[in-house]
Amino acid sequence: MAEAAATAPALCLEGVTCIFPSPDGRGRTYTAVQNASFTVADGEFVSIVGPTGSGKSTLLNVAAGLLRPSEGRALSFGQPVTGINPLAGYMFQAEALMPWKSALENVAVGLEFRGVSKREALDRAGPWLTRVGLDGFGDRFPHQLSGGMRKRVALAQTLIVDPKIVLMDEPFSALDIQTRQMMENELLDLWAADRKSVVFITHDLEEAIAMSDRVLVLSAGPGSRLIGEYKITLDRPRDVAEIRMTPQFLALHKEIWGQLRDEVLKGYAQTKLR
Amino acid sequence: MRSHAKRLPSRPVILLLQVAVLVGFFLLWHVLTVTTNLLSPFFFGTPLAVLERTIKDFASGVIWYHLGITLLETALAFVIGTVSGIAFGFWFARAPLVSVVFDPYIKAVNALPRVVLAPIFALWLGLGIWSKVALGVTLVFFIVFFNVYQGVKEVSPVVLANARMLGANSRHLFRHVYLPSALSWVFSSLHTAVGFAMVGAVVGEYLGSSAGLGYRIHQAEGVFDTVGVFSGMLVLTIFVVAIDSAVTMAEKRLLHWRPQEAQTTH
Repeated sequence: MAEAAATAPALCLEGVTCIFPSPDGRGRTYTAVQNASFTVADGEFVSIVGPTGSGKSTLLNVAAGLLRPSEGRALSFGQPVTGINPLAGYMFQAEALMPWKSALENVAVGLEFRGVSKREALDRAGPWLTRVGLDGFGDRFPHQLSGGMRKRVALAQTLIVDPKIVLMDEPFSALDIQTRQMMENELLDLWAADRKSVVFITHDLEEAIAMSDRVLVLSAGPGSRLIGEYKITLDRPRDVAEIRMTPQFLALHKEIWGQLRDEVLKGYAQTKLR
Repeated sequence: MRSHAKRLPSRPVILLLQVAVLVGFFLLWHVLTVTTNLLSPFFFGTPLAVLERTIKDFASGVIWYHLGITLLETALAFVIGTVSGIAFGFWFARAPLVSVVFDPYIKAVNALPRVVLAPIFALWLGLGIWSKVALGVTLVFFIVFFNVYQGVKEVSPVVLANARMLGANSRHLFRHVYLPSALSWVFSSLHTAVGFAMVGAVVGEYLGSSAGLGYRIHQAEGVFDTVGVFSGMLVLTIFVVAIDSAVTMAEKRLLHWRPQEAQTTH
């Protein structure tokens, strides 16, 4: 297995289709994702962009093992994902911190779940808070922190258990643009330190290009498919704010946007219909 | 709705006004019964007699025994009702079939005025403390039960998914997610639960017992001792206020992670 893990991709989705019962009932169904296949190599940073309602989160939930696909399967480092994917960390779009635990306890809790004693877990959580720039905020409760700080806690909480692949579902979409760019740079720094595989979901094409090695484009739902794949060959390390001005970035942006625009318009028409 | 409430006077002034209301009430009572004799002291007592009786009861020590009995009944009803409410609340929230099947019966029992159970409990459990505890439990149980049920049901699915991704097994989920969430609901109903525990104790004593504050009020009433009834009510009021402020203190300690409205300083 160790050998397989060394060569197998961090994540491999094979013909994943997800069909949900329609919210209006009567036995009708809604196909969120149709026959999606892609792989993420070990250490690769892959972004998935698509218009709203294109099933981006659905794909991530399949990879995490939170959702069983109707058809197809997910493999993580060669192992079929059945149940929670133990090699994956997940950073949610919505607030996922436990409101009854302090920042430090929230960071430590993943270690506690893995059998580390509470005291040792708290000791190890301290440096992680420092690493995400929250030294001295350990005893604050989530409601006492700003939105950006809560995201930092969530980032430390996800990374402290050392996942082999990190799944991020529009983690910074709720933040203002300055905080967001700072968080993006910090994420890239942390990522550069030990090169975990990352699957990054976003609806923001600029964010996707600035951060990733590869960008996948999803079509508008229902029945979203992967319709485009772009290698991002920009040099690292990158500064997400500055790289947006470079001609290479603009060329990539223009190329991908050409495809994405149609889908966004389709997605917009869909939401208007609903 | 107006955005700016009228400015209130400072705390000492408010306290002074509150004391003034109390004094005014006793003065009015005194004037009506003693000075003008508009109300018969036989039926309405007099404030001085009530205070004198209360102080005498405390000084001689007879009241302590009865207070202790009522307190014990209240505490037992509260603890047993809360623990069983939490246990059943969890069970029902985690076992949908059970909750669906029992739903109409739970609602029916909860709708029943619990006072009618007091005679049955007295028959079953005698005139000692346990019939009062049982009555209090039937009151406390449902408050806690519904709150725990709600608390478990309303756990944020994202927080839950996050905990599972971080490696929580079902035991961890219970301890770190479901329990704190449910307890926050229980604590927010703590005042009601403690209040009902006491109602159960006092009403039970009133209907048939040999000790407790309810018993003393009933005894006084039986011999047309109005002063004794009012004195009993006064002691009961002091007792209720004391317990309620203890609950407020406990609540502050236990729910310190909760956001407070418009928090500017700690």
